Amino acid sequence: MAELRTEIRELADRYPERKSALLPALRLAQERYGHLTPDALREVASALGTTPAYCRGIASFYDMFHLAPVGEHIIDVCTNASCALVGAAQVLEAFERELGITAGETTPDGSVTLRSAECLGGCGCGTVVSIDERYRQPVKPEDVPAIVEELRRG
Amino acid sequence: MAKAKRPVLVLAGAEQGDLRALEDYRKVGGYASLEQARTMGPGAALEEIEKASLRGRGGAGFPMGQKASFLPSPEQAHDPIYLVVNADESEPGAFKDREIIDRVPHRLIEGIQISALVIHADRCFVYIRGEYLREYEILMAALAEAEGAGLVSVPIVVHRGAGAYICGEETALLESLEGKRGQPRSKPPYPAHVGLYDSPTLINNVETIATVPKIIEIGGDAYSRIGVKDSTGTRLFSLSGDVVRGGNYELPHGASFRELIEGCGGGVAGGRKLKGIIPGGSSSPVLPADQIDLSMDFDSVQKAGSFLGSASVIVIDERACMVQLALRIGQFYMNESCGKCTPCREGTRWIELILRKIEEGRARVAELDLLSDVCDRVLGKCLCALGDSDAMAVASYVKHFRAEFEAHIEHGCPFGEASSLAGVRSPVDEIYRGRVGQEAAL
Repeated sequence: MAELRTEIRELADRYPERKSALLPALRLAQERYGHLTPDALREVASALGTTPAYCRGIASFYDMFHLAPVGEHIIDVCTNASCALVGAAQVLEAFERELGITAGETTPDGSVTLRSAECLGGCGCGTVVSIDERYRQPVKPEDVPAIVEELRRG
Repeated sequence: MAKAKRPVLVLAGAEQGDLRALEDYRKVGGYASLEQARTMGPGAALEEIEKASLRGRGGAGFPMGQKASFLPSPEQAHDPIYLVVNADESEPGAFKDREIIDRVPHRLIEGIQISALVIHADRCFVYIRGEYLREYEILMAALAEAEGAGLVSVPIVVHRGAGAYICGEETALLESLEGKRGQPRSKPPYPAHVGLYDSPTLINNVETIATVPKIIEIGGDAYSRIGVKDSTGTRLFSLSGDVVRGGNYELPHGASFRELIEGCGGGVAGGRKLKGIIPGGSSSPVLPADQIDLSMDFDSVQKAGSFLGSASVIVIDERACMVQLALRIGQFYMNESCGKCTPCREGTRWIELILRKIEEGRARVAELDLLSDVCDRVLGKCLCALGDSDAMAVASYVKHFRAEFEAHIEHGCPFGEASSLAGVRSPVDEIYRGRVGQEAAL
């Protein structure tokens, strides 16, 4: 994918030092490959003049990068203090029931990964749920079946 | 409550709706302060910020004017000078920066340009937390409009994080921006001298920078008369938890928790009894309910044994099991410890382990002392404030609600299924089992 390489080089031009483009480059590669495969890491490394091992070391530090396959959709349910106080546990359980999986897993058809999340910064109106990086709030347990149905319909 | 007289500065003009469009921001006098600052010149503008005694809104409360004055002058500096805006808002309970970007993005951009002028910056970076995708898009759109109108003379690069609480710590943020793991640096040297790419760097929070245009507009002296001594101006208080109307409320420093919780937030949800208040995000020690009339300013909250931090107020009602809450908070810090320094990496894990045993009714009484001991061994011994935050917060729950901890040890959780936190889980639980998309960590 020569195209990805070009895009990463363009990203790098925005910074005084090209290594600064590593996070946005990994994000771009992840969007292309689904997760950060060895090929994806090699491509990023070569475009930025570093090694795949270095890239892997960076990626493993950050929650939003995936080094193994994840579902087509990712549901993050905040369970930190503010949301926990207003019933985040019940929201997470509702998603587990509806999807038939436990938090931290992907549905067998590979469509949805469900995770509990640390504070997403929407505390005034919990529970906050981030679906493919778009926030929904407040989410109540009774809202969950419709949300899952919407995802299934695509 | 004197609602009509309440000063609104950071969100001024946005009371009836957001000011995302340049045209709308112009209508409320937007970018006039930038013009004014250019006429005044960097020295005079800095003087106004110093007179305003503007303290950092990110949590530490360090005066911005003083921090800016530590930077070398362009004649002294051998390297480019950078301005970095910390928009990596991740403190549990904090959501004010998100609202500022969402509703008044141009005020942030204007503040950045004035601040850049003051420190003679060559380039500016906004490090925005990765999860804030919508806010990133809003900021980028506003920035494009401001650039198109010729308002941006010092270039601004908006850089997205990728999910790591620790990157809100200023030196970890710089590391992350340089394309590294977000692990804090040892200080000194401070970023004012050795910052981004080892160059002189001023780092300030979104709210701090977004306050600057108003200071230039009304003058530092006038600004310093709002609020109270040593805690000047207004603050965006993020109100959440067991409260009727959560949200961000801009109040002058010195308003009481009661004014915020009851006056703005409509009181404790369901008419229930207040049990505790977290004054400044999960890092700050919990205050018992009888502190509700305390003044919300840096010094008063500190005297009461906690800190105002990012002014993220979490209301806790009588249904909450404090052991579960302490455990959930402990899990957060364990999960977010960067692993660089030993007291934090090991300490946060030990704290979580003991709290879990207590919560599950598997602990002995002596382990409560062990918990205090571990907190003691973490406090003040770490590279950054993350370990301290965990130790101080957890110790405060034991201190104020010791009877609940003892009851857990003797008879198990006294709240059972009735606790508002019953069954709550955290990413740590998933990581213990092996989480999708991540390497087995533990």
